[in-house]
Amino acid sequence: MKLDNIYQEEKKSNFAKVSEIIITMASRPSGFIGLSILIFHVILAFISPYIAPYDFKAINPTLMLQAPSAEYWFGTDDLGRDVFTRTILGGRTALTITFFGSLIALLWGGLLGIFCGLVGGKTDDIVMRIVDAFLSIPWILAMLLIVSLLGTSTEVLIPALGFFYGKGIVRVARAATHDVIAKDFIVSARARGHSNFSIIWNEIIPNVRDAILVEGAMRWSWMLLGFSSLSFLGFGVSPPTPDWGLMISNARGLMSFAYWSVIAPIVGLSSLIIGINLTADAFAKALGIDRSTKAPV
Amino acid sequence: MTEIIQKVKNLSIGFKSKKGEEILILRNISTNIKKGETVGIVGESGSGKSTLALAMMGYVKHGLYTIGGECEFNSSNLLKMKNRDLEKIRGRKIAMIPQNAGQALTPNLKIGYQIDEALQLHSDLKEEEREQKISELLNKVRLPSPETIALRYPHELSGGQQQRVAVAMALAGTPDLLLLDEPTTGLDVTTQAHVLELLNFIAKDTGTSMVYVSHDLGAIAQVSDRIIVMYSGEIVLEGPSRDILKKPIHPYTYGLLKSIPKLSLAGLPQSMPGSQPQPGTMHRGCSFFDRCDFSEEKCKSNSPQLEYLEELNTSVRCFNHKSLMNDSQVNQTVNKIKKSLQDKEILNISEVSISYAKQNLLDQVLNRISDDNPTVKDININIKKGETIALVGESGSGKSTILKSIAGLLRTKDGVIKFDQKRNLSSDLKERDPNDLRIIQLIFQNPDESLNPNHTVEEIIAQPLKLYFGLKGEELKTNIKELLQKVRLGEFYMSRYPRQLSGGEKQRVAVARAFAAKPDIILCDEVTSALDVSVQAAVLNLLQQLKEDFGTTYIFVSHDLAVVRAISDRVAVLYQGRLCEVGPSNDVYQFPSHPYTEVLLGAVLEPDPDIKPKLVAEDIVEEKPPQKGCSFQGRCSRILGDICKNEIPPWQITNSGNSIRCHIPLKELQKDQIN
Repeated sequence: MKLDNIYQEEKKSNFAKVSEIIITMASRPSGFIGLSILIFHVILAFISPYIAPYDFKAINPTLMLQAPSAEYWFGTDDLGRDVFTRTILGGRTALTITFFGSLIALLWGGLLGIFCGLVGGKTDDIVMRIVDAFLSIPWILAMLLIVSLLGTSTEVLIPALGFFYGKGIVRVARAATHDVIAKDFIVSARARGHSNFSIIWNEIIPNVRDAILVEGAMRWSWMLLGFSSLSFLGFGVSPPTPDWGLMISNARGLMSFAYWSVIAPIVGLSSLIIGINLTADAFAKALGIDRSTKAPV
Repeated sequence: MTEIIQKVKNLSIGFKSKKGEEILILRNISTNIKKGETVGIVGESGSGKSTLALAMMGYVKHGLYTIGGECEFNSSNLLKMKNRDLEKIRGRKIAMIPQNAGQALTPNLKIGYQIDEALQLHSDLKEEEREQKISELLNKVRLPSPETIALRYPHELSGGQQQRVAVAMALAGTPDLLLLDEPTTGLDVTTQAHVLELLNFIAKDTGTSMVYVSHDLGAIAQVSDRIIVMYSGEIVLEGPSRDILKKPIHPYTYGLLKSIPKLSLAGLPQSMPGSQPQPGTMHRGCSFFDRCDFSEEKCKSNSPQLEYLEELNTSVRCFNHKSLMNDSQVNQTVNKIKKSLQDKEILNISEVSISYAKQNLLDQVLNRISDDNPTVKDININIKKGETIALVGESGSGKSTILKSIAGLLRTKDGVIKFDQKRNLSSDLKERDPNDLRIIQLIFQNPDESLNPNHTVEEIIAQPLKLYFGLKGEELKTNIKELLQKVRLGEFYMSRYPRQLSGGEKQRVAVARAFAAKPDIILCDEVTSALDVSVQAAVLNLLQQLKEDFGTTYIFVSHDLAVVRAISDRVAVLYQGRLCEVGPSNDVYQFPSHPYTEVLLGAVLEPDPDIKPKLVAEDIVEEKPPQKGCSFQGRCSRILGDICKNEIPPWQITNSGNSIRCHIPLKELQKDQIN
């Protein structure tokens, strides 16, 4: 038997698998751009407290609404705070909250979806109708209600966002499970007498993981936009903590004569969302679950 | 000399691998299709036969590209043509009949409309003439009452009827060349025989040239004048079909013919070692070198050229064809199977019925099943320890349904399944204890689906070992290695994923997983039908060997009567969920037999142009078993009258111990049957 077959790769370590996926992602121009933007934002979020040139809450009425200059790169806002400092710091809260929010969304949405897909029958019917009912509630209204009742602390925002963005993942996970549930290896595991938990953990999760991760990455960017909307409405981060949504909201009235104070946070927010979106797309392509590939004929 | 209508010249098609290497799917193919002839292209999966057929209509699959050569049709190269020009040829001059007609027809358009569409595109007929033509075409493909068929939707037709419609659509443009890609592969044996007969008739009637692509030498033997045998992207043998099937002068064809089980021979055919090399792994030398019984030192480094032998009108790619020419009468030797039957009864299935009917609310609440005409009814089989019993029948005969119930995957309506004469097996999985689950293991039809693509071979085989025996660490590893050895796979397979294995290797892993549980009974659901012929024999031999080693009992489900003949001790023939005939396989394959067994046996295609299938009954498909009387009454050609329609036939037992369920007395049964 020949061993030098190109189809016969050996088993790889997890680290090798992840790095291979990242390399594949980066080999596409869109993936490279997306990854670079995302990594830039993440690094910025980590180091921004140390590189920020000014104190983000230092109010200086004498420096109100200065145009960009060598001293104040992005100018100053209506309270005389440095816009550059506030912009590089402005993504930190949003990024952290939405990152953990999407993790929660992935976890509960994914597991519930897989469980419903596997069990089927009446349990599935009932759970899915409840999920549908929640899907029909405009999330922003519900979020406003929760935030006004429980406050805007991180401990409230993360689970609340996680819950509302997980509803959609339930559907995706359930559909992905339905794709594999009819396969004989599941039937085989059932016939052997494995427990539901064992079937979910060993047979289903490895096969639906990719689809759910991609969905989770897409949800992350949506959640970021959603969270910024909350901040914009004044229900996200409370002042004086710098946040893009809040900065846009504060400065939008001054747009006509101090455009710099609103453009910087907009660029920050939209580039991060675009970055995550492109990365999620490239991730899906690298995993081979991209459905937009050209159909034959 | 007859006119050549398609000329393939030095055609090579391939793709670029991730590393940028050029990998060839077709390697330097040259052949001609003459007017009016039917050419069969045979090969295993991955041999490039479909790629070649598609290239003949100027189509190269997405991801592949033409590396060199041309496909000349009417002296223009199809592969260089613009799409707009190709549109004029496709359908009008060259038509294609796909494998799965059910998927090729648009589900929400009526049959008549779809044929009309083809006519509008590919003919110059006016509207009134087209209507006429639709009936004419449907008549030609022998569909009953064309007017009503034209008004139906594809899903209202059976598989065989859909395939006929596809043939009618292909004929709409009166093409010069018909390409058929495995047109009968998904069909039942009886339907397949009927469709092939129709294709033969059409070839003669219209004078259309046909290119018939199939992996099934039996089907090819029935239709083709000339056969092209392909192996890993090359033509290895090309010549008149009779010569190729009777006196193959290429070792691959020779081995292939030897590995096909035949109806006339009990026992397992000899298997061919190894499997076809994957594209891109061929280096130097003959691509068949690894598996060849006749190979020599020079075959390793030199690749043979296709050599034309004038006296035989045959081209062959082998250095040693001369030695084969002298003794190439395929003398099939079979490995006789040892009977390891014991008298002890291991599984007793009595009065089992299974229903798929949707239950109403009351029944759901009371947790009972009520259905007066269940899908499977009155199944009584005693299975002895060490026996191989085969359940045979067409699709819808309930054979897999019965298997599922034995495995506990499907609730039975009535009846008892008793293990080892004492333990009743519940038909509900949740009520079986782990030991009940362990004693019965399943092997599935398609190893692609039955092995988790994200598990390594080690993880796959470890599952039953962990579950039933709680093995861990070194002990687990040793056990896995032993099992792999038993199915003749090396230790290095442990770290492989299923996608890195060939079909035969995957099925071996599935076999190893089943045996890991140390079961008493193994249920085999069409275990070889997804495999290539040369691999099929190897898997059958392996199963037989393991059975002798472990004393396992097999319940073998298959639609392939020749395979069943090769491996089983006893056969149970099913029609519409009712037993027709049960008996030792030697006797079931001899007459007298149940009229349905006769139909099935008659329709089997043998790779021999001289053995034509006998078409006894119509290939109608019945949706539901009849309410009363004999299950086969709807299609039986020997129906006696009201007695068959009203009374369930009695069991009659022949001298050899063969039970037949029919109203016709045994003597009468034998009379008109062709032995």
